[in-house]
Amino acid sequence: MFLFPSLLILFPFFIFPIFYALQLSLWGGKRNMGTFVGLKNYIFAFQNPMFWQSLQVTLYYAMITIPATLLLGFTFAYFLAKIIRARTFLRILFFVPYVTSTVAVAMVWRIFYNPQLGLFNYILKTLGLPVQQWLLEPRGVLNIITGGAIDPHYGPSLALVCISLFDIWHTFGFAVVVFLAGMSTLPQEYYESAKIDGANPWKILLHIELPLLSPTWLFLITVQSIRSLQSFSSFYALSPASGRTLGTTENLMLHIYSQFYEYGYWGYGSAVAILLSIFIMLLTYIQWQWARRYVFYQ
Amino acid sequence: MFFINSTLEKKGYNIHYDLSRYVWKGVIYFILFVFGFFVSFPFLWMVTSSLKTLEEATTPSLWLFPKQWQWENWIYIFKFAPFGKYFFNSFFVAGTVTFFVCINSLLAGYAFARLRFFGKNVIFALVMATMMVPFEAVLIPNFILISRLGWYNTYFALIFPWCANAFSILMLRQAFMTIPNDYYESAQIDGCSHISFLIHLAIPFVKPALITVALFSFLNSYNSLLWPLIVTADETKRVVQVGLTVFSGDAGVRVNLLMTASTLVALPTIIIYLIAQRYFFQESIRVGLKG
Repeated sequence: MFLFPSLLILFPFFIFPIFYALQLSLWGGKRNMGTFVGLKNYIFAFQNPMFWQSLQVTLYYAMITIPATLLLGFTFAYFLAKIIRARTFLRILFFVPYVTSTVAVAMVWRIFYNPQLGLFNYILKTLGLPVQQWLLEPRGVLNIITGGAIDPHYGPSLALVCISLFDIWHTFGFAVVVFLAGMSTLPQEYYESAKIDGANPWKILLHIELPLLSPTWLFLITVQSIRSLQSFSSFYALSPASGRTLGTTENLMLHIYSQFYEYGYWGYGSAVAILLSIFIMLLTYIQWQWARRYVFYQ
Repeated sequence: MFFINSTLEKKGYNIHYDLSRYVWKGVIYFILFVFGFFVSFPFLWMVTSSLKTLEEATTPSLWLFPKQWQWENWIYIFKFAPFGKYFFNSFFVAGTVTFFVCINSLLAGYAFARLRFFGKNVIFALVMATMMVPFEAVLIPNFILISRLGWYNTYFALIFPWCANAFSILMLRQAFMTIPNDYYESAQIDGCSHISFLIHLAIPFVKPALITVALFSFLNSYNSLLWPLIVTADETKRVVQVGLTVFSGDAGVRVNLLMTASTLVALPTIIIYLIAQRYFFQESIRVGLKG
């Protein structure tokens, strides 16, 4: 039978585990199934300040990285679409970070952020500005910028912004390539007729390119939301292992990983994983519902 | 000349407009190249730092070129940490995964595209549904399953769960669907079995899709971190991604050696990408248009 080998893998490792995870989340034990505890794991999650903090970290991260990646991606795809020479070269260049192993390039950024050896503090020192602790800084970035006027617990920590910056650099190339592909499918006649009608490039961008590219925007928003909410490698590689910058760089995936793998709480880890999965599915569903009203298909 | 100018003017162009267009082009090129330099800077810094002495690498500087080129860093790294073993593990795991993904998706894709059997639509829907399963939801159950099977810290644990995926099956199914029915019917009349039709006719037909599947499964496997992190326990089964995170703790301030390791880990992905970049862009175009 042709299908047998694939089903042999997909059923035990992708379909069966969903039900097993639901079951696990209702049981409590340390490195074993333990005893049936009902919804206690979920109740504990909602009472656990670390759960709320990691959810907050995950949401801050998504709110920083998604708009930044898409705007950068769109801007540079727009510029690339306007030139002919060196377009292929630059497109290849912008896409390189995206295909490279996250861990390998995260190591470079970790050294850039190092308070003693790093380039960021070197540049700040050269410019005569106060040096920063970067990945080790739990204070809110708004607190630092305003010189202490805003409460340090308010907003994302500087350390989280550092991880976000790395991620923006790492993924914006994907957005460039997808936008560029979207732009290349736009019918040339629209541009021609707009030019004849005397539309300037700004008007063409606003009234032709943006509405026609709305399916591409939707696709990228969906993909990047899922990706950023599930982000693990950049957090694991950049978040300081001791204390996770007072928890301000522990996102939900790191929270699940440490609770399940380092502390051995299988039930609690499964419960948080299921909550995250439900959240992602709901968000995707809402985005698609919203898109049905606003996205324009040719 | 007069004639050309007047036709251009009729179309709404004029010389001044053209001049400002050239200036704009220049500005766009300038922004693009400056930005391109910033994007590539971490890579340049990574490679050149890997060739610096310890003293030079730990002195922060924007100057990229090493005073003395320390090529021996690239050899020393294999003695300092078991990177030889890590690389062997990574390539062995990624290679095996790629091989089986190709075989399994060819068979399953062909079955979904060409064969008729009981419950085909239900099975196909189930297989496609696995694409929606978030990885974190099945992580813990899969870890427990692997432990129960006694596969913890073995190559089986690293390879087996990744030997089939819905996305590759879908890609090859779509590719098989494009083969005209006549080919298949005439092959059947000639007494050609499904297997020999698949090997002799269908595979050459779907070669671009197959190459894309192979590239993506190799890179996904090579770049994965979370799964190898939880199913391996010691350096005999550790892959490079995990090895590098462990090494970053051991390396301390040896920035040059850490950068050597990072360069070596990043190099295979960059080489594969540069050779096969055509397939990467085709894929993202296809995926991008699906939205």
